[in-house]
Amino acid sequence: MTAQKKDSTLINMVLALFIITGAAGLSLGYVNELTRGPKAAAKLARKVQAVETVLPEFDNQPVSEVVRVMAGEPGDSTEIYPAYLQGEFVGAAVTGASEKGYNGLIRLLVGFHADGSMENIAVLEQKETPGLGTKMKGERFLRQFRGKDPSEFELKAVKDGGDVDALTGATITTRAFSEAVQQACEAYRGYKESLPTEN
Amino acid sequence: MSNASKYKSTFLRGIIRENPVFVMLLGMCPTLGVTSSAFNGLGMGVATLFVLLMSNTVVSLVKSQIPAKVRIPAFIVIIAAFVTVVEMILEAYIPLLYEQLGIFIPLIVVNCLILGRAEAFASKHSVASSAVDALGMGLGFTMALTVLGGTREILGSGSLFGFPFVGEEANMLILFILPPGAFIALAYLAAVFNKLTRKIA
Repeated sequence: MTAQKKDSTLINMVLALFIITGAAGLSLGYVNELTRGPKAAAKLARKVQAVETVLPEFDNQPVSEVVRVMAGEPGDSTEIYPAYLQGEFVGAAVTGASEKGYNGLIRLLVGFHADGSMENIAVLEQKETPGLGTKMKGERFLRQFRGKDPSEFELKAVKDGGDVDALTGATITTRAFSEAVQQACEAYRGYKESLPTEN
Repeated sequence: MSNASKYKSTFLRGIIRENPVFVMLLGMCPTLGVTSSAFNGLGMGVATLFVLLMSNTVVSLVKSQIPAKVRIPAFIVIIAAFVTVVEMILEAYIPLLYEQLGIFIPLIVVNCLILGRAEAFASKHSVASSAVDALGMGLGFTMALTVLGGTREILGSGSLFGFPFVGEEANMLILFILPPGAFIALAYLAAVFNKLTRKIA
Protein backbone atom coordinates (compact mmCIF):
# COMPACT_ATOMS: atom_id res chain seq x y z
CA MET A 1 0.00 0.00 0.00
CA THR A 2 2.72 2.44 0.96
CA ALA A 3 4.30 3.80 -2.18
CA GLN A 4 8.05 3.75 -2.60
CA LYS A 5 9.30 7.16 -1.37
CA LYS A 6 11.56 8.98 -3.72
CA ASP A 7 15.10 9.78 -2.64
CA SER A 8 15.63 13.44 -1.91
CA THR A 9 18.32 14.70 -4.25
CA LEU A 10 18.80 18.40 -4.86
CA ILE A 11 17.71 18.06 -8.48
CA ASN A 12 14.47 16.19 -7.83
CA MET A 13 13.52 18.38 -4.84
CA VAL A 14 13.95 21.55 -6.90
CA LEU A 15 12.16 19.99 -9.83
CA ALA A 16 9.21 18.75 -7.73
CA LEU A 17 8.65 22.13 -6.08
CA PHE A 18 9.13 23.94 -9.39
CA ILE A 19 6.47 21.84 -11.09
CA ILE A 20 3.99 22.07 -8.19
CA THR A 21 4.28 25.85 -7.76
CA GLY A 22 4.12 26.30 -11.54
CA ALA A 23 0.98 24.20 -11.83
CA ALA A 24 -0.60 26.01 -8.86
CA GLY A 25 0.24 29.42 -10.34
CA LEU A 26 -1.17 28.56 -13.75
CA SER A 27 -4.43 27.17 -12.37
CA LEU A 28 -4.90 30.19 -10.07
CA GLY A 29 -4.38 32.52 -13.02
CA TYR A 30 -6.99 30.59 -14.94
CA VAL A 31 -9.58 30.68 -12.11
CA ASN A 32 -8.87 34.38 -11.56
CA GLU A 33 -9.60 35.02 -15.24
CA LEU A 34 -12.85 33.03 -14.95
CA THR A 35 -14.11 34.83 -11.84
CA ARG A 36 -13.07 38.37 -12.74
CA GLY A 37 -16.35 39.20 -14.49
CA PRO A 38 -18.67 37.70 -11.84
CA LYS A 39 -16.65 39.40 -9.05
CA ALA A 40 -17.12 42.84 -10.58
CA ALA A 41 -20.79 42.07 -11.27
CA ALA A 42 -21.37 40.99 -7.66
CA LYS A 43 -19.79 44.20 -6.37
CA LEU A 44 -21.90 46.34 -8.69
CA ALA A 45 -25.09 44.45 -7.79
CA ARG A 46 -24.51 45.14 -4.10
CA LYS A 47 -24.00 48.83 -4.81
CA VAL A 48 -27.14 49.06 -6.95
CA GLN A 49 -29.13 47.26 -4.27
CA ALA A 50 -27.89 49.58 -1.50
CA VAL A 51 -28.71 52.65 -3.61
CA GLU A 52 -32.21 51.31 -4.28
CA THR A 53 -32.98 50.75 -0.61
CA VAL A 54 -32.10 54.29 0.46
CA LEU A 55 -33.52 56.41 -2.38
CA PRO A 56 -37.05 57.58 -3.12
CA GLU A 57 -38.53 56.32 -6.39
CA PHE A 58 -36.37 57.07 -9.44
CA ASP A 59 -36.05 56.01 -13.07
CA ASN A 60 -32.44 56.81 -13.99
CA GLN A 61 -29.21 54.87 -13.33
CA PRO A 62 -27.72 56.57 -10.23
CA VAL A 63 -24.79 54.16 -10.03
CA SER A 64 -23.51 55.07 -13.48
CA GLU A 65 -24.03 58.80 -12.85
CA VAL A 66 -21.96 58.82 -9.66
CA VAL A 67 -20.21 62.06 -8.67
CA ARG A 68 -17.08 61.78 -6.54
CA VAL A 69 -16.13 64.52 -4.09
CA MET A 70 -12.85 64.50 -2.21
CA ALA A 71 -13.76 64.78 1.44
CA GLY A 72 -10.35 64.70 3.11
CA GLU A 73 -12.11 62.63 5.77
CA PRO A 74 -11.86 58.94 6.68
CA GLY A 75 -12.21 56.51 3.85
CA ASP A 76 -11.83 57.52 0.26
CA SER A 77 -13.76 60.14 -1.62
CA THR A 78 -17.45 60.70 -0.92
CA GLU A 79 -19.67 59.22 -3.60
CA ILE A 80 -22.92 60.89 -4.59
CA TYR A 81 -25.53 58.99 -6.60
CA PRO A 82 -28.13 61.43 -7.98
CA ALA A 83 -31.68 60.18 -8.58
CA TYR A 84 -34.09 61.54 -11.18
CA LEU A 85 -37.75 60.75 -11.83
CA GLN A 86 -39.00 61.80 -15.28
CA GLY A 87 -36.05 64.15 -15.63
CA GLU A 88 -36.68 65.88 -12.32
CA PHE A 89 -34.12 65.75 -9.48
CA VAL A 90 -35.70 63.79 -6.59
CA GLY A 91 -32.73 63.25 -4.27
CA ALA A 92 -29.41 61.51 -3.96
CA ALA A 93 -27.67 58.70 -2.10
CA VAL A 94 -24.46 59.86 -0.44
CA THR A 95 -21.73 57.85 1.28
CA GLY A 96 -20.50 58.86 4.70
CA ALA A 97 -17.78 57.31 6.85
CA SER A 98 -16.37 57.49 10.34
CA GLU A 99 -13.33 55.82 11.87
CA LYS A 100 -14.59 56.22 15.40
CA GLY A 101 -16.50 52.93 15.49
CA TYR A 102 -15.68 50.42 18.20
CA ASN A 103 -13.49 48.52 15.74
CA GLY A 104 -12.72 51.31 13.29
CA LEU A 105 -14.32 52.20 10.01
CA ILE A 106 -18.07 52.46 9.54
CA ARG A 107 -19.34 53.32 6.06
CA LEU A 108 -22.92 54.28 5.36
CA LEU A 109 -25.05 55.20 2.41
CA VAL A 110 -27.58 57.91 3.23
CA GLY A 111 -30.49 58.62 0.90
CA PHE A 112 -31.84 62.20 0.73
CA HIS A 113 -34.97 63.71 -0.76
CA ALA A 114 -34.59 66.83 -2.88
CA ASP A 115 -35.83 68.90 0.11
CA GLY A 116 -32.91 67.66 2.23
CA SER A 117 -34.78 65.20 4.47
CA MET A 118 -33.50 61.66 4.82
CA GLU A 119 -35.27 58.74 3.15
CA ASN A 120 -33.29 55.78 4.50
CA ILE A 121 -29.80 54.68 5.55
CA ALA A 122 -27.90 51.53 4.59
CA VAL A 123 -24.76 50.25 6.32
CA LEU A 124 -22.09 49.44 3.72
CA GLU A 125 -19.21 48.40 5.95
CA GLN A 126 -18.80 47.86 9.68
CA LYS A 127 -16.82 45.80 12.18
CA GLU A 128 -18.85 46.53 15.32
CA THR A 129 -19.45 44.06 18.14
CA PRO A 130 -22.03 41.45 17.08
CA GLY A 131 -25.23 41.85 19.07
CA LEU A 132 -24.36 45.35 20.31
CA GLY A 133 -23.02 47.75 17.69
CA THR A 134 -24.37 45.69 14.82
CA LYS A 135 -27.89 46.61 15.93
CA MET A 136 -27.35 49.86 14.03
CA LYS A 137 -28.50 47.85 11.02
CA GLY A 138 -31.79 47.17 12.78
CA GLU A 139 -35.09 48.81 12.02
CA ARG A 140 -35.48 50.02 15.60
CA PHE A 141 -32.40 52.25 15.34
CA LEU A 142 -32.73 53.32 11.71
CA ARG A 143 -36.36 54.41 11.76
CA GLN A 144 -35.56 57.46 13.91
CA PHE A 145 -33.71 59.00 10.93
CA ARG A 146 -36.44 58.53 8.32
CA GLY A 147 -38.06 61.69 7.10
CA LYS A 148 -35.88 63.84 9.36
CA ASP A 149 -34.27 66.98 8.01
CA PRO A 150 -30.68 67.21 9.30
CA SER A 151 -31.02 71.00 9.62
CA GLU A 152 -33.62 70.44 12.37
CA PHE A 153 -32.45 67.04 13.62
CA GLU A 154 -29.20 67.37 15.59
CA LEU A 155 -26.98 64.45 14.48
CA LYS A 156 -25.50 63.71 17.87
CA ALA A 157 -26.35 61.18 20.58
CA VAL A 158 -28.92 62.37 23.14
CA LYS A 159 -26.16 62.10 25.74
CA ASP A 160 -24.14 64.68 23.76
CA GLY A 161 -27.06 67.08 23.45
CA GLY A 162 -28.35 65.82 20.10
CA ASP A 163 -31.46 63.99 18.90
CA VAL A 164 -30.16 60.49 18.13
CA ASP A 165 -31.36 57.75 20.49
CA ALA A 166 -28.30 55.67 21.34
CA LEU A 167 -28.02 51.92 20.81
CA THR A 168 -26.21 51.22 24.07
CA GLY A 169 -25.11 53.17 27.11
CA ALA A 170 -21.57 53.52 25.77
CA THR A 171 -22.79 55.29 22.58
CA ILE A 172 -19.54 54.56 20.73
CA THR A 173 -21.25 53.12 17.66
CA THR A 174 -23.99 55.73 17.86
CA ARG A 175 -21.45 58.57 17.85
CA ALA A 176 -19.57 57.13 14.90
CA PHE A 177 -22.84 56.49 13.06
CA SER A 178 -24.02 60.06 13.66
CA GLU A 179 -20.69 61.43 12.50
CA ALA A 180 -20.89 59.42 9.28
CA VAL A 181 -24.46 60.63 8.63
CA GLN A 182 -23.33 64.21 9.36
CA GLN A 183 -20.54 63.86 6.81
CA ALA A 184 -23.00 62.63 4.20
CA CYS A 185 -25.32 65.56 4.97
CA GLU A 186 -22.58 68.09 4.47
CA ALA A 187 -21.53 66.48 1.21
CA TYR A 188 -25.16 66.50 0.05
CA ARG A 189 -25.60 70.18 0.90
CA GLY A 190 -22.43 71.05 -1.00
CA TYR A 191 -23.63 68.97 -3.92
CA LYS A 192 -27.07 70.57 -4.01
CA GLU A 193 -25.58 74.06 -4.10
CA SER A 194 -23.54 73.03 -7.12
CA LEU A 195 -26.68 71.92 -9.00
CA PRO A 196 -28.15 74.34 -11.54
CA THR A 197 -31.19 75.87 -9.78
CA GLU A 198 -34.45 75.08 -11.51
CA ASN A 199 -37.83 76.83 -11.47
CA MET B 1 -12.22 -6.54 5.47
CA SER B 2 -14.08 -5.99 2.21
CA ASN B 3 -13.52 -2.76 0.31
CA ALA B 4 -16.99 -1.40 1.02
CA SER B 5 -16.84 -1.88 4.76
CA LYS B 6 -13.30 -0.44 4.81
CA TYR B 7 -14.56 2.72 3.09
CA LYS B 8 -17.51 2.87 5.43
CA SER B 9 -15.34 2.74 8.54
CA THR B 10 -12.92 5.33 7.05
CA PHE B 11 -15.88 7.59 6.32
CA LEU B 12 -17.54 7.22 9.73
CA ARG B 13 -14.32 7.64 11.63
CA GLY B 14 -14.13 11.34 10.66
CA ILE B 15 -17.71 11.97 11.70
CA ILE B 16 -17.81 10.16 15.04
CA ARG B 17 -14.82 8.38 16.53
CA GLU B 18 -12.23 10.94 15.40
CA ASN B 19 -14.48 13.95 14.88
CA PRO B 20 -11.97 16.75 14.14
CA VAL B 21 -13.67 19.33 16.37
CA PHE B 22 -15.28 17.49 19.27
CA VAL B 23 -12.78 14.65 19.67
CA MET B 24 -9.47 15.66 18.07
CA LEU B 25 -9.86 19.40 18.77
CA LEU B 26 -8.19 20.25 15.46
CA GLY B 27 -8.74 23.45 13.47
CA MET B 28 -9.70 25.50 16.51
CA CYS B 29 -9.04 28.88 14.87
CA PRO B 30 -12.01 28.83 12.44
CA THR B 31 -14.02 26.73 14.92
CA LEU B 32 -13.92 29.47 17.53
CA GLY B 33 -13.60 32.44 15.20
CA VAL B 34 -16.46 32.21 12.71
CA THR B 35 -19.17 30.23 14.46
CA SER B 36 -21.20 33.21 15.65
CA SER B 37 -24.09 31.97 13.49
CA ALA B 38 -25.21 28.66 11.97
CA PHE B 39 -24.85 30.09 8.44
CA ASN B 40 -21.22 31.12 9.04
CA GLY B 41 -20.39 27.74 10.58
CA LEU B 42 -21.96 25.89 7.66
CA GLY B 43 -20.20 28.12 5.11
CA MET B 44 -16.80 27.66 6.73
CA GLY B 45 -17.43 23.91 7.04
CA VAL B 46 -18.31 23.50 3.37
CA ALA B 47 -15.34 25.62 2.24
CA THR B 48 -13.02 23.50 4.38
CA LEU B 49 -14.64 20.28 3.15
CA PHE B 50 -13.98 21.31 -0.46
CA VAL B 51 -10.33 22.20 0.20
CA LEU B 52 -9.80 19.00 2.18
CA LEU B 53 -11.34 16.81 -0.52
CA MET B 54 -9.29 18.41 -3.30
CA SER B 55 -6.01 18.46 -1.36
CA ASN B 56 -6.34 14.86 -0.14
CA THR B 57 -7.09 13.69 -3.67
CA VAL B 58 -4.22 15.59 -5.28
CA VAL B 59 -1.72 14.73 -2.54
CA SER B 60 -2.62 11.07 -2.91
CA LEU B 61 -2.22 11.31 -6.70
CA VAL B 62 1.25 12.84 -6.60
CA LYS B 63 2.57 11.23 -3.39
CA SER B 64 5.01 8.87 -5.12
CA GLN B 65 6.52 11.71 -7.18
CA ILE B 66 7.39 14.00 -4.25
CA PRO B 67 10.78 13.62 -2.53
CA ALA B 68 10.27 13.02 1.20
CA LYS B 69 12.26 16.06 2.35
CA VAL B 70 10.12 18.61 0.49
CA ARG B 71 6.76 16.94 1.02
CA ILE B 72 5.44 19.47 3.58
CA PRO B 73 6.12 22.56 1.40
CA ALA B 74 4.66 20.69 -1.56
CA PHE B 75 1.47 19.83 0.39
CA ILE B 76 1.11 23.40 1.62
CA VAL B 77 1.37 24.82 -1.91
CA ILE B 78 -1.34 22.41 -3.06
CA ILE B 79 -3.58 23.37 -0.11
CA ALA B 80 -2.96 27.11 -0.54
CA ALA B 81 -3.84 26.91 -4.24
CA PHE B 82 -7.23 25.33 -3.48
CA VAL B 83 -7.92 27.80 -0.69
CA THR B 84 -7.29 30.69 -3.07
CA VAL B 85 -9.65 29.09 -5.59
CA VAL B 86 -12.33 28.89 -2.88
CA GLU B 87 -11.73 32.52 -1.95
CA MET B 88 -12.14 33.72 -5.54
CA ILE B 89 -15.28 31.64 -6.06
CA LEU B 90 -16.88 32.89 -2.85
CA GLU B 91 -16.11 36.51 -3.71
CA ALA B 92 -17.65 36.10 -7.15
CA TYR B 93 -20.73 34.01 -6.36
CA ILE B 94 -21.50 34.22 -2.60
CA PRO B 95 -20.28 37.75 -1.68
CA LEU B 96 -22.35 37.74 1.51
CA LEU B 97 -20.52 34.72 2.91
CA TYR B 98 -17.19 36.06 1.61
CA GLU B 99 -17.71 39.21 3.64
CA GLN B 100 -18.86 37.37 6.78
CA LEU B 101 -15.93 34.93 6.84
CA GLY B 102 -13.38 37.61 5.93
CA ILE B 103 -9.82 36.80 7.01
CA PHE B 104 -10.83 33.27 8.01
CA ILE B 105 -10.99 32.16 4.37
CA PRO B 106 -7.24 32.58 3.63
CA LEU B 107 -6.59 31.12 7.09
CA ILE B 108 -8.04 27.77 5.93
CA VAL B 109 -4.49 27.19 4.61
CA VAL B 110 -3.16 26.86 8.15
CA ASN B 111 -6.04 24.71 9.43
CA CYS B 112 -4.04 21.83 10.85
CA LEU B 113 -6.86 19.42 10.02
CA ILE B 114 -6.07 19.76 6.31
CA LEU B 115 -2.29 19.41 6.46
CA GLY B 116 -2.78 16.70 9.09
CA ARG B 117 -4.93 14.58 6.78
CA ALA B 118 -2.52 15.13 3.87
CA GLU B 119 0.48 14.02 5.93
CA ALA B 120 -1.11 11.31 8.06
CA PHE B 121 -3.52 9.78 5.57
CA ALA B 122 -3.42 10.90 1.93
CA SER B 123 0.36 10.49 1.57
CA LYS B 124 0.05 6.82 2.56
CA HIS B 125 -3.25 5.67 1.05
CA SER B 126 -4.92 5.24 -2.33
CA VAL B 127 -6.78 8.09 -4.05
CA ALA B 128 -10.20 6.56 -3.35
CA SER B 129 -9.54 6.00 0.38
CA SER B 130 -8.09 9.51 0.68
CA ALA B 131 -11.18 11.04 -0.90
CA VAL B 132 -13.45 9.03 1.43
CA ASP B 133 -11.34 10.06 4.41
CA ALA B 134 -11.61 13.73 3.35
CA LEU B 135 -15.40 13.46 2.97
CA GLY B 136 -15.75 11.92 6.43
CA MET B 137 -13.46 14.40 8.16
CA GLY B 138 -14.90 17.34 6.20
CA LEU B 139 -18.49 16.40 7.01
CA GLY B 140 -17.57 15.85 10.66
CA PHE B 141 -16.00 19.31 10.71
CA THR B 142 -18.97 20.91 8.90
CA MET B 143 -21.56 19.35 11.21
CA ALA B 144 -19.61 20.36 14.31
CA LEU B 145 -19.27 23.97 13.12
CA THR B 146 -22.92 24.19 12.13
CA VAL B 147 -24.08 22.82 15.49
CA LEU B 148 -21.72 25.13 17.36
CA GLY B 149 -22.79 28.13 15.25
CA GLY B 150 -26.45 27.22 15.66
CA THR B 151 -26.14 26.91 19.43
CA ARG B 152 -24.39 30.26 19.73
CA GLU B 153 -26.89 31.93 17.38
CA ILE B 154 -29.91 30.57 19.29
CA LEU B 155 -28.54 31.65 22.68
CA GLY B 156 -26.89 34.88 21.58
CA SER B 157 -29.09 36.31 18.83
CA GLY B 158 -32.38 34.48 19.32
CA SER B 159 -32.45 33.25 15.74
CA LEU B 160 -31.37 30.26 13.65
CA PHE B 161 -29.98 30.57 10.10
CA GLY B 162 -30.98 34.23 10.28
CA PHE B 163 -34.65 33.53 11.08
CA PRO B 164 -35.47 35.24 14.37
CA PHE B 165 -37.85 33.69 16.88
CA VAL B 166 -37.76 36.55 19.36
CA GLY B 167 -38.60 40.21 18.80
CA GLU B 168 -35.99 42.83 18.01
CA GLU B 169 -36.41 44.33 21.45
CA ALA B 170 -35.41 41.12 23.26
CA ASN B 171 -32.08 41.01 25.02
CA MET B 172 -30.39 37.68 24.41
CA LEU B 173 -27.22 36.28 25.99
CA ILE B 174 -24.78 38.37 23.97
CA LEU B 175 -21.92 36.53 25.68
CA PHE B 176 -22.52 33.61 23.33
CA ILE B 177 -21.76 35.53 20.14
CA LEU B 178 -18.67 37.11 21.68
CA PRO B 179 -15.37 35.16 21.73
CA PRO B 180 -15.67 33.80 25.32
CA GLY B 181 -19.04 32.28 24.39
CA ALA B 182 -17.30 30.27 21.66
CA PHE B 183 -15.09 28.54 24.23
CA ILE B 184 -17.97 27.92 26.63
CA ALA B 185 -20.30 26.51 23.96
CA LEU B 186 -17.53 24.37 22.46
CA ALA B 187 -16.65 22.85 25.81
CA TYR B 188 -20.23 21.88 26.65
CA LEU B 189 -20.92 20.53 23.16
CA ALA B 190 -17.70 18.47 23.21
CA ALA B 191 -18.64 17.03 26.59
CA VAL B 192 -22.13 16.07 25.40
CA PHE B 193 -20.77 14.64 22.12
CA ASN B 194 -18.23 12.45 23.89
CA LYS B 195 -20.76 11.26 26.44
CA LEU B 196 -23.19 10.24 23.69
CA THR B 197 -20.62 8.58 21.41
CA ARG B 198 -19.09 6.66 24.28
CA LYS B 199 -22.48 5.27 25.14
CA ILE B 200 -22.98 4.07 21.55
CA ALA B 201 -19.52 2.48 21.50
